[in-house]
Amino acid sequence: MLVAILKQGDYLIASIQFDLTDAQVLALRDDLSDRIGRSRARGLIIDVAQLDVIDSFVARSLGSIAITARLRGAETVIVGIEPDVAIAMVQFDLDLEPLRTALDLDEALSLLDRLTDRDGEDGG
Amino acid sequence: MEDEVRVPITSDADLVPARAQGRALAQELGFSQTDATLIATAISEIARNIVVHAGRGEIVMTRMHEPHRYGLVIVASDAGPGILEVDWALERGHTSRGSLGLGLPGARRLMDEFQVETRAGSGTTVTMTKWRARDDLERLRERRRHRA
Repeated sequence: MLVAILKQGDYLIASIQFDLTDAQVLALRDDLSDRIGRSRARGLIIDVAQLDVIDSFVARSLGSIAITARLRGAETVIVGIEPDVAIAMVQFDLDLEPLRTALDLDEALSLLDRLTDRDGEDGG
Repeated sequence: MEDEVRVPITSDADLVPARAQGRALAQELGFSQTDATLIATAISEIARNIVVHAGRGEIVMTRMHEPHRYGLVIVASDAGPGILEVDWALERGHTSRGSLGLGLPGARRLMDEFQVETRAGSGTTVTMTKWRARDDLERLRERRRHRA
């Protein structure tokens, strides 16, 4: 499996396991958009720690996944961008504004709790 | 000039092995993990450029061993329509395919040297190089290896 998608409460957690081809990245976007609707998810976490390259296409696609998810009623947080990958991403004149990021899963979950207006009391 | 590695590019699925090959060569030459990632990212961009604009082409990676530095030279060539406005493509990141075309300017910033040769109707060749200075210790070790 290239991308493992788990559901935790109102959140979907997508862990990308291998480098994806462009076509697989687009398929992931469509799949996530569909699942957000079906599972009534309010938050989406995408774990990209296994990607050793995030080029302009993948970065742009992550942005469009985040925007698509928002239109479907869910906030997106990207986790696990490795330091060298981050250095490479800066070289592209990309608008990284739509991308909310967190260093790890715990941080992403608490960020989503805040974004979806829950203070963590009910634990999601 | 040393041995070279050729990677044919015929679809977006070929980007993944091209990146992996570039990273392996970079590591072999002693580039840092960060530089290896920058190289792999640049390869990804120029390989995608081939797929999107020409359909097919080839990437040739060559290891350079110079007295004071090591280098990885990456040449991406295709026989596609060529880039009509290279300066524009490099400056503004504009492309005719509506793909925002951040690829070429991005790849240029990721590498040390970057050159585009193109003629309308006869294809495009992108040549890009990353260098790594060799330190005294490495040179000393090499001399010892040669004596042994």
